[in-house]
Amino acid sequence: MSDEPVRPKPYVGLFSQVSPSDRLRLRGIIDFVIERLIQFAGVSTIFIVGLIFFFLIREGLPAFLDIPLRQLFGGRWYPIDDFFGLWPLIVGSILVTVGAIVIAIPLGLTTAIYLGEFAPQWQREILKPLIEVLAGIPSIVLGFLGWVVLAPIVQRLGAPTGLTVFTGSLILAYMSLPTIISISEDALYAVPKEYRDGALAIGATQWQAVWRVVLPSARSGLVIAIMLGIGRAIGETMAVMMVTGNAANVPGLGLDMLFQPVRTMTATIAAEMGEVAQGSLHYSVLFAIGIVLFVITFGINSLAGRLMGTQAGRRRKENI
Amino acid sequence: MAVDKSLRIRVIGLSWLAILIVLSACSAHSASSDSADSQRAIQNKGSDTLVNLALAWAEAYQVVDPNMTIAVSGGGSGTGITSLINGTADIANASRQMKDEEIAAARAGGIEPVEIPVAIDAIAIIVNPQNPISQLTIDQLADIFTGRVTNWQEVGGNDELIVLVSRETNSGTHVYFLEEVVRKGDPENTDIFASQTLLMPSSVGITSEIGRNPRAIGYDGLGYITPEEKVIAVAKNEHSPYVLPSVSTAADDSYSLSRHLYMYTAGRPVGAVASYLDWIRGPDGQAIVTQLGFVPLSQE
Repeated sequence: MSDEPVRPKPYVGLFSQVSPSDRLRLRGIIDFVIERLIQFAGVSTIFIVGLIFFFLIREGLPAFLDIPLRQLFGGRWYPIDDFFGLWPLIVGSILVTVGAIVIAIPLGLTTAIYLGEFAPQWQREILKPLIEVLAGIPSIVLGFLGWVVLAPIVQRLGAPTGLTVFTGSLILAYMSLPTIISISEDALYAVPKEYRDGALAIGATQWQAVWRVVLPSARSGLVIAIMLGIGRAIGETMAVMMVTGNAANVPGLGLDMLFQPVRTMTATIAAEMGEVAQGSLHYSVLFAIGIVLFVITFGINSLAGRLMGTQAGRRRKENI
Repeated sequence: MAVDKSLRIRVIGLSWLAILIVLSACSAHSASSDSADSQRAIQNKGSDTLVNLALAWAEAYQVVDPNMTIAVSGGGSGTGITSLINGTADIANASRQMKDEEIAAARAGGIEPVEIPVAIDAIAIIVNPQNPISQLTIDQLADIFTGRVTNWQEVGGNDELIVLVSRETNSGTHVYFLEEVVRKGDPENTDIFASQTLLMPSSVGITSEIGRNPRAIGYDGLGYITPEEKVIAVAKNEHSPYVLPSVSTAADDSYSLSRHLYMYTAGRPVGAVASYLDWIRGPDGQAIVTQLGFVPLSQE
């Protein structure tokens, strides 16, 4: 033992005992491992999407092969008697989604414009978290609300039953609102302040500046917000299943059709998946519905992606 | 409400599944021996019509044999039978007999399903208490549910649209109603429900829609009827008497819409499952059937 006084030990790194050259090599290895892990995480997402698509195709393809296309897209859905017409389900999903979007766009955009352009700071601080709370409500709770509160009101409005397209659309609109509001608010926020200042400087009122300058320059961002809102609405299952009545029915054209029951694609899969024998025709038709849904949402998302791309491109051009 | 119940049942089912996995992992070495059979949880799954009855039986059987646990869940007759075929249920509850395809699928999987009648159920036709209609014939019901008649006036009621309410197609009650009412018991008949028919995922869905909609007509098992609905007296045809469903009219067959409820096992039941089924069919099990508003099997 030496006589030297005991000093506090200097900070010892994990590899301080390792020679400098080894340390360098070790760091290289660690970097490599971390890089690969991150790469794996990224690629696995793509891989899983690919697997899901492969699985859908594998299970759903027999439906397209075994049932004549005309019958598959025919007007009657009654699977226990081998009526596999997807048309009422597609119409049901589209009606409910379009209804939801028609309700959600004005509400969502005006909320975003108010929050982004007009609301004083303290209001914004209250409203924004509340909107996030709305996003956090489980869909089943909204469905329950629709079933217990909204459906009797719709019935009192004169509909034959409270379980209609309109009821479903209202619930879905409130479900897609948080998405639409927060993304369109981001789009408005991304519009450079100089635009507003310039408009105000040449004598525009605040409303004119928003309507004529800010909104057009944020346009593609707003479209994306709407697209993602649609994506949220069309894929929703439980709430819709509770409030649309699930009648595989193609309502006649007219305002009246909003007050008819329909059956959506998602509700059909959820309601019938439990009963089907694996590998039966009905089973693969349910997967075929999944393919149709996947194609629709994929179309919406890639359209949103392309719009996002053009917006980013334009911004880059502007910055040069 | 509708979902709440099935969710709870599913949660119970899931937690049993978890316990089962743990148990089977712990006792993997003794799983093949007969002694494991007595401590294993019996999985009992299927018909929503039977689910309350099955729960009551499972609970009461705890007193008879405390060592045996029975996990009951619903989902519909089709779901239960599929689970039996897939091997995830020991007993399938069904409110209808197995279809030929299902039997074929079971045999293809090496399972010989055995049918055991456990109770009798009467299907009640229900309307809102505000509806003046109180009796209908099977023919009128068939016309209503296929959409040939769309206004209550045509069967003697108010001038209002008829709203049809039915269980989902995976329900044994749905299939029974299709065969016995919509098709009037004729196997050649291929009529189906009108496309406007509201399909409800649960019994609660039906009773609450009927309870709040004066235009609605639906059907449900007698054990599920609440005072918020009005039960319709049914006649086989115009010349026969109109009969209200009850335990006595179902038992003496004067009410035309009654059926057996079944439990299915994979192969002839043995051991704990066999004694459970014997108990269900015995006087104690059948007393519970009466308590819940179903009709007991006649004790021969």
